[in-house]
Amino acid sequence: MDAVIGNGTEQDIMLEPVVLDEAIIEIVSDSGEGAQKCGQSLGAISARMGNGVWTVEIIPAEIQPPARSRAGASGIRVRIGSEKITNMGDHAQLVVALNEQVLYGRLEQKAYKPGTYLLIENKWANDPLEEIRTAYTEDVAKFREMGAAVYEIPMEEECLKVVRDARKGKNMWVLGMLCYIYDRDMNEARSQIRKIFKKKAEKIVTDNIGLLESGYNWARANMDLHFSIPSMATDEEMVVMNGNEAIALGAMAAGFDVCSMYPITPATSVSHGLAEMMESAGGKVHQAEDEIAAIGFAIGCSYAGKTALTVTSGPGIALKTEFIGLAVMAEIPLVIVDVQRGGPSTGLPTKVEQGDLLSVLYGAAGDAPKVIIAPSTIEECFQFVILARKLAESFRTPVFVLTDANLATGVQPFPRPKVSKDWFAPSIDQTPWTEGLSPYAWDPQTGLSKRPIPGQKGGMFTVTGLAHDEDSHVAYDPSINQRAAEARSRKLAALQQSLKPPKVFGAEEGDLLLVGWGSTRGAIEEAVKKARADGLSVSSLHLHFLSPMEPDLKKIMQRFQKVVTVELNYSDTVGRPLITYENRRYAQLATVLRAQTLIDIDCYSNVYGQPMSPIRIYNMVKRMFAQYQQQLKEQQS
Amino acid sequence: MIGIKADLIDLDLPEVYYSIQDYESSTARWCPGCGDHAILTAVQKLCREEQLPPEKTVFVSGIGCSSRFPHYMKTYGFHGLHGRAFPVAEGVKFRRPDLDVFVITGDGDCCSIGAGHWVHALRYNMKMVALLFDNSIYGLTKKQTSPTSPLGTSSNTHPRGSVLPPMNPIQTTLGFTNVSFVAQTADWQPAHMYETIKKAHQHPGFAFVRILQRCPIWMKDGFCADVGNRDMLALLDHEDGIEVTDEVRNSFPTIIKHDPADINNARFYAELEDQVAIGLFYQDKNAPRYDLYGTSNLDMTNDERLAGLNAHLDRFAI
Repeated sequence: MDAVIGNGTEQDIMLEPVVLDEAIIEIVSDSGEGAQKCGQSLGAISARMGNGVWTVEIIPAEIQPPARSRAGASGIRVRIGSEKITNMGDHAQLVVALNEQVLYGRLEQKAYKPGTYLLIENKWANDPLEEIRTAYTEDVAKFREMGAAVYEIPMEEECLKVVRDARKGKNMWVLGMLCYIYDRDMNEARSQIRKIFKKKAEKIVTDNIGLLESGYNWARANMDLHFSIPSMATDEEMVVMNGNEAIALGAMAAGFDVCSMYPITPATSVSHGLAEMMESAGGKVHQAEDEIAAIGFAIGCSYAGKTALTVTSGPGIALKTEFIGLAVMAEIPLVIVDVQRGGPSTGLPTKVEQGDLLSVLYGAAGDAPKVIIAPSTIEECFQFVILARKLAESFRTPVFVLTDANLATGVQPFPRPKVSKDWFAPSIDQTPWTEGLSPYAWDPQTGLSKRPIPGQKGGMFTVTGLAHDEDSHVAYDPSINQRAAEARSRKLAALQQSLKPPKVFGAEEGDLLLVGWGSTRGAIEEAVKKARADGLSVSSLHLHFLSPMEPDLKKIMQRFQKVVTVELNYSDTVGRPLITYENRRYAQLATVLRAQTLIDIDCYSNVYGQPMSPIRIYNMVKRMFAQYQQQLKEQQS
Repeated sequence: MIGIKADLIDLDLPEVYYSIQDYESSTARWCPGCGDHAILTAVQKLCREEQLPPEKTVFVSGIGCSSRFPHYMKTYGFHGLHGRAFPVAEGVKFRRPDLDVFVITGDGDCCSIGAGHWVHALRYNMKMVALLFDNSIYGLTKKQTSPTSPLGTSSNTHPRGSVLPPMNPIQTTLGFTNVSFVAQTADWQPAHMYETIKKAHQHPGFAFVRILQRCPIWMKDGFCADVGNRDMLALLDHEDGIEVTDEVRNSFPTIIKHDPADINNARFYAELEDQVAIGLFYQDKNAPRYDLYGTSNLDMTNDERLAGLNAHLDRFAI
């Protein structure tokens, strides 16, 4: 850092930064204090410096929870590394807390460990209310007892030297402080502030830059923490966004005309993004009166020639299920994004779960085969929506894109997509329909057929959810139903034939294979890397296609002694009351894989509502190997 | 003029003339004596009179006897889910202003399982015709009480008589925000029914028509009082209303002069106690239309779309 800022004190010269491979930083506060904007800015500055970044928001369930309440903690975690970062990581290295109460929730979630630096606003020590003063003093002492390295920081006091109202802008002071501690480029920091306040008056911009510099200078003069996280500078143009924004941009890049939705957490921000942007990229957002109408409307759009998108979460999927069955039966292309959250019922609206796989796969009445894909990174959220539209149209079927609350709010930089007009949906075919061709002329080899679109002369037919023959006439002969079901199922086999086997992460064979899907990939691969560095024979496999599944899964799994799925959904643990190997209920992917491969696949899963962390997986792997060694010993003796 | 190519003479004549047969599909499988047959005939006649290109015409329906309708039209059709015809029809129309959309629904489909969508379909006010086939009974599932069944109706779900007063769909409809066209007709009044559907089709917005019917199998007495007793039926008449010949007009003992611009009187006539009024209750040609919102950026080229997308990506660039 060049000495543009600072007052040239002794400390400036003496304190060389400690070089880190990576750091995890959290900023927690009451709702509305701007912790998230502070963390997002730190992430953006770091991404611009060429660092790998993953940020994830800590969101309370209420909009304005009471101040200084434990459950009301709002904030953000930023993980910055020298290399690409793929997940939120384990324990935080440093936490900035605008009051001590909001730390409790995070402590309960084991986000911190002894030695974590806690930087706490110290104004509460002099609060007019005695109970607040007492709580503050006692809690700070407690944190110290727990082994935290507590720094009491005069944030409010310092901010008041720059602005009149410290509540607005304290987040930018904190950003300045963090810029010093982590040796961030202050020019990037200043331009970040100009960017976020670009629609505001110049006074607001200069005030915030003043706060930023004040925080930086204060830390430089008073803090003994100073780190650097070297980066690899890249010339490649990058973008940074969360998974929901990536889906919104992907939808526009795919040339979707319509996103038809109903508000539901954590999917809604996809439509917020689209509502803001889609109009000027040629599309429209329709906010329907309910979840059912949202998909019905989308099906109407698709039927009329423009494949539509609908975005929802678990409870919405439950409501949409009848229409999904209709789209399968009538072979109407459609893309359904399911941003999964904790279930069943209203469950954990803001928390992550991979709980919808089975309901999406098997939820509809009868046999309703459909395509299900699951992105595992933010970049894939963008790409998979484009892929989904193409699959939906080529295979004349609904396509599910399963993401989750972790991808929805996780922010990661990736190379800017080179968007092209070729990605857009083709214009609606209005040429006359081939004379004599049935609307469901199922190809006996592939099950595929071409669909007539309203406006095409000579293609008139009536779509029906009733069993129907090639001409879409209601089938009174039951053999037609068997034949039609075969055709719809065969389309999945046709798609499966065109897929490549998935690549194993780590060695192609060994003792243990972890299998995952969706947002857990980064955590799984990080854990595998760590375990392999310890000499353990572990690899992992990540599935992007869940229906149909990618080929050769059985072949790959047979090269390992043991196969375990890692999932964020519920499974029974053998040894708990009444749970045996016979009655144990498995995690969702494990259930499907066991049925498909007849391999005795185990599972490791939980529903804490937290993203899967590398350390949990790593510890599970260690335990599994220890048990295995123990079993071997017992067999030998 | 059939057979003469339009460019041979200096007149703007259509090259194709659609006859009734061009709109006829398979033979309707409704019961003999069902009023649905009469409505099908009236709609096919309208298609011919208006020369609607079959490939540009879409009939969307739900589930029930009435909802089999699209199968009997040689146009595009969508026989979907019970109660869900409106959202599908709205989706069809949203980006396809060139398509002529009709919704066919019944009293169970619209007023019971689909009531939520009905409220919003009226409020969206997208240009389409909605025909409510109201025979005040569930027919296809064999005689269950419908929301419009008269109080005391004996059915398989209320064998000792239904216990709630019937819903009045006209009254209900006139209470919804942004309603723009509400009419009532009866399947035993073919001339009036045809003119009503025609007027609905010309309306620049969402045209709701309730067609009173009797079910010859399960509800033989449905509106029978009206059929048998002309005094029960009153005709709403106005120069802006449904066009009727003097002959038709004179067949009604009660004629009510009602200006369809007057929503308060419309509500009053919807709630008559000893009579049922048919005719145009309400029309507002200027109510905001959601389909105009849907199509406002349809003319964007792919280059403009790409430029828009790139501008958005710039916001996420680092």
